[in-house]
Amino acid sequence: MITAERKPMEELIECLKPYHRILLVGCNECVTVCAAGGRKEVGILSSALQMAFKTEGKNLEVKEITLERQCDPEYVEELVTHIDQAEAVMSMACGCGVQEIARRFKDKPVYPAVNTTFMGASERQGVWAERCQGCGECVLGLTGGICPIARCSKQLLNGPCGGSTNGKCEVDPDIDCAWQLIWDRLKALGLEDRYEENIPAKDWRTGRGGGPRKIIREDLVK
Amino acid sequence: MKTESVLEKIFASGELAVTSECGPPRGAVPEKIIEKAKMLKGYVDAVNVTDNQTAMVRMSSFAACVFIKQLGMNPILQMVTRDRNRLAMQADILGAYSHGINNMLCLSGDHPHFGDHPMAANVHDIDSVQFVQMVKDMRDNGKFQGGDDISNPPKMFIGAAANPFADPFELRVARLGKKVKAGTDFIQTQCIYNLDKFEKWMEGVRDRGLHEKVNIMAGITPMKTVGMAKYMKNRVPGMDVPDEIIKRMAGVPKEKQPDEGIKISVEAIERLKAVEGVKGFHIMAIEWEQKVPEIVEKAGLLPRPKVDL
Repeated sequence: MITAERKPMEELIECLKPYHRILLVGCNECVTVCAAGGRKEVGILSSALQMAFKTEGKNLEVKEITLERQCDPEYVEELVTHIDQAEAVMSMACGCGVQEIARRFKDKPVYPAVNTTFMGASERQGVWAERCQGCGECVLGLTGGICPIARCSKQLLNGPCGGSTNGKCEVDPDIDCAWQLIWDRLKALGLEDRYEENIPAKDWRTGRGGGPRKIIREDLVK
Repeated sequence: MKTESVLEKIFASGELAVTSECGPPRGAVPEKIIEKAKMLKGYVDAVNVTDNQTAMVRMSSFAACVFIKQLGMNPILQMVTRDRNRLAMQADILGAYSHGINNMLCLSGDHPHFGDHPMAANVHDIDSVQFVQMVKDMRDNGKFQGGDDISNPPKMFIGAAANPFADPFELRVARLGKKVKAGTDFIQTQCIYNLDKFEKWMEGVRDRGLHEKVNIMAGITPMKTVGMAKYMKNRVPGMDVPDEIIKRMAGVPKEKQPDEGIKISVEAIERLKAVEGVKGFHIMAIEWEQKVPEIVEKAGLLPRPKVDL
């Protein structure tokens, strides 16, 4: 999933200062799962914003809506009936959702309420960790299902570096050394020989190196 | 011979090679690097010039190498993959070789997290193994990494680092194997304090026959104080300082500790000379370059061999 964390209250209040009526839009997908911008968080933020405005002697009307998928034009269209009453939109979706609203409603300012962080997975209750950087050419088949690009601090394709200590990364003892994980897994699978092969320099064109990316599926394009 | 490198010639002669290193200054003060390098002249065969070591901004390794070259010494251009993409790296390699620099050390570099610009983007376009491969292809195939021909390809004598003390230990020989396969000519190891463990690593190196394919230089760093020994043990990632060393340093009065540190280094060199596959010593006296001549002399590594240029 795409993970996100809510921005600090002060920042949100600051950008809403000029307004009296806003639309606060959540998303039912990833940000709901990582408890950053789903229906529940929309309700909490709405109350907090209104309270903060009140203590300043001001009034803020907040219309709360949580869309099924904010990155999907079909669902963003549901905002049409509400958008005119609002001076601005605050989105609690990831950056994709924020931009979809900006694209659809050209004369309406949109503010992000969360910082979109990474593509990751839930490690345990309340903890999410980065797993994928969307490089566009997956190497997981070579590395035992553990991504060295997303999970090694130096994105070494031929690790581990000299800073791996007791299975931890030199950058932070809370980070697992990706290459220790890869090695443990290759051993468990009896695939130690795979380590002997040097992985060649990566072609980053499939990633951000080639500029903004697009997928066009001719079979689906209408 | 693959290159014109003096280091390559010394390895070929069968003599033990000796290198040291100079950290460039944190300012536009060329006299600092010249002063440091002069202390080493005649005592070592080549001098590593670090590249933004510990991820702190310093005078570029390339520029400092040129100053050292002008002193009639042999610089080893260190380059890290942290700060440059493959275009910038290859451009600097062409530039360095054009200035007569023919040794380099290919590293991934300390993470920006440790330095004075933790907010900087870390590049890591390629890793150190791929870096060695790139420099080798430039030299032996005359090709840029992108595939185009190079006119007058740079003939670099290629070095890389190895840390026998990092985890997982069982992978440390295999990781060296990757660098050898990529085409590294020489290896400088992490500072060695745990000699038993180093010798065990060398056993693994010999089991794979890697000692016949690459020139391994044992890394030696003298300790100035017991404080430094403790710092290296506890704070420097991938460093293995046994308790005996700490005890030994702590066992002498403060003013005698530098001498004890030198003694430990000299004893290490004496012992490691006997290890099959050790082809030289890389003496990293951090901000203590003036002690390198003493270590080299006491370890019986003088005079340095003269090789035909």
